[in-house]
Amino acid sequence: MNDIEELSCDLLIIGGGAAGCIAAVEAREKAPDLDVLMVEKAHVYRSGCLAAGISALNAYLTTGETAESFLRYTVRDTHGIVRDDLVLSMARELNEQSHRVEKFGLPIPRDENGQPLKRGRASIKILGERIKPILGKAAEQSGARILNRINITGLAMHRGRVTGAFGFHVRTGRFYAIRAKATLLCTGGTAGLYRPNNPGMANHRMWYSPFNTGAGLAMGIRSGAEMTSFEFRFIPLRIKDAIAPTGEIAQWLGAKQINALGEAYLDKYYQHLGGSRMTTQDRLYATIQEKLKGRGPCYLDLSNVDARKLEGTTRAYLSMAPPAAMLLQDEMYYGRGGGTMAPVEITGSEPHVVGGHGLSGFWIDNERRTTLPGLWAAGDVAGGSPKKYAPGAWAEAVLAIRNMIEDVQTRKVVELDEEQVLKERDRVFAPFEDHGNAGTSPRELEERLQKIMDEYAGGISQMYGYSEGELKIADIHLRRLEQEFGAITASSLHELLHAHELMDRVTVSQTLVAHMAHRKETRWHCYGERLDFPERDDTRWSVFVNSVRKGDNIEMVERPVERANVDVVLPPLADGAIIRHGSE
Amino acid sequence: MGVFVDENVCNGCGIAVEPMCVRDCPGDLMILKENRKAIIRDNRDCWDCAACVKVCPTQAIAMQLPSSVIVRGVRLKGRAIKHKTTWKLKLRDGTERSYETPATGTPPFNPSL
Repeated sequence: MNDIEELSCDLLIIGGGAAGCIAAVEAREKAPDLDVLMVEKAHVYRSGCLAAGISALNAYLTTGETAESFLRYTVRDTHGIVRDDLVLSMARELNEQSHRVEKFGLPIPRDENGQPLKRGRASIKILGERIKPILGKAAEQSGARILNRINITGLAMHRGRVTGAFGFHVRTGRFYAIRAKATLLCTGGTAGLYRPNNPGMANHRMWYSPFNTGAGLAMGIRSGAEMTSFEFRFIPLRIKDAIAPTGEIAQWLGAKQINALGEAYLDKYYQHLGGSRMTTQDRLYATIQEKLKGRGPCYLDLSNVDARKLEGTTRAYLSMAPPAAMLLQDEMYYGRGGGTMAPVEITGSEPHVVGGHGLSGFWIDNERRTTLPGLWAAGDVAGGSPKKYAPGAWAEAVLAIRNMIEDVQTRKVVELDEEQVLKERDRVFAPFEDHGNAGTSPRELEERLQKIMDEYAGGISQMYGYSEGELKIADIHLRRLEQEFGAITASSLHELLHAHELMDRVTVSQTLVAHMAHRKETRWHCYGERLDFPERDDTRWSVFVNSVRKGDNIEMVERPVERANVDVVLPPLADGAIIRHGSE
Repeated sequence: MGVFVDENVCNGCGIAVEPMCVRDCPGDLMILKENRKAIIRDNRDCWDCAACVKVCPTQAIAMQLPSSVIVRGVRLKGRAIKHKTTWKLKLRDGTERSYETPATGTPPFNPSL
């Protein structure tokens, strides 16, 4: 194995984004004797979801809020399907981890009482343009070894335990085989499964990072890890075209959602869903219903907003979604508004598999252990605990690391199995083979994947709705697509990276479709809009839908929802019945 | 479209092993051509995060969105300096607007920012 770079470490962190960087810092602080290695496919200064920056921490307990109140809010938004244990243990770490990043240099503006500026009950304003370089530098200074440009493709296994990982250097093409006593996956969620909002040249003008392609989920699926709740597809409501966050305008400026008739439609027509207090997914659902009822499109109304405050919003967008700043300023001066500010049109994005906002990801225990011994998961790749955002990713990373440190005390590094190493190396470099006219490019197969998912698995063009018959077609097409992996041709290392990103997204899509087919109810509008089962069925479906892939088969498993001793109220059922769970 | 490098301004970050934009692009999209000028591999892949725009020491990189998103002529430049980032946004009629966003430092910060 002369052409293979072999490395060894105590703790391996895969992915140097929000979770990975804090994991590295925590590991070195709590266990300075351990050899910590973090590998990242780009460079830690700007990699992952936080590349452009963020303007708020959306998981922070403001004055008066508690871990229990955070859980109540989460339970309501997920209509009861949530891991109370994960939410509570994460929520108890949110503020401490946020203050830790503040000490690294993240500016958090505070009022005269020293409290962060509140945007919502669990949201504070930050000046976060530089948040990722701040995290990246903190990881560098922690003493952890950081290897940028390593794209991890697979997990090394020994007698059912994860003993390291394989990957390749995206610049040198060298194959890496890494041995580790414990491995933490922080590879994020998945974008680009569905045909995105914008076409062609603008196809990556999307919400989630297009470079988060589900690598960790896919390698977990291939190695037989249990996955949860992929059918809770997260679909944010966005500013149209820029596909930028609406919260900056809705929460910070207090702009109301209006339809084309100028009506505040959430309160006027959707009181049964909770009016303007409805869940995140119902806001999107109501927006689509307005279109179907002939009252679309919908907007955020800026007519009552102070122009000076809009300058502040422009600065906030520059610090997180620069295209929105460009669009807002351009619209302000040349929009349809005349003297007043034109309203900002809103739309739903493509659906995502992402555990930081939604529920989907690895099934983990309260120590953030996956079902594969030796493998932990934190951040967007971990499921069961939505609304974690950046602070929740930090919280999960420290919880995982603390358990990993305990776990490795008596462990030895296991030698990698040569056969396994060579098999993965062959798989990784297979796209470099010349397939002549039979070859196909990652881009061409990406178009096909996104067309299948959009049309047969409830994409934007289907207004997110789907039924059994369509999912069956999606499944057949995805299997055929998988059979074409052998024909994928890459002409450069960069294209090789794209080839693996595409294959990973196909693998994630297959599990996603299996989950969507299994849950025969509509619990979450848009996220899981079963047109053939349009209502929520608490008697049958108050369970987690999980899966384990074994070869070509995806085996479905159901796991019970275990409520903590906290009073919670679910949104009403279609007949108006209110469901409560709690200690009484 | 996403970002454009002005070849008259880009110096390939001199003798640096790796130009700053090549280092920081989260999609590994920036490369150095044989003439030591940076270029994006393919603007279709750009996320418009502006990491390269801000980090470029010569301000050779401008962001311009595809015309299905915004009209031609709207361009954004920026420069990350120690505690803040300065921005120049050119609107479609050539009007230029300047902004500053604080970036690092020690709290407390003025809430009006």
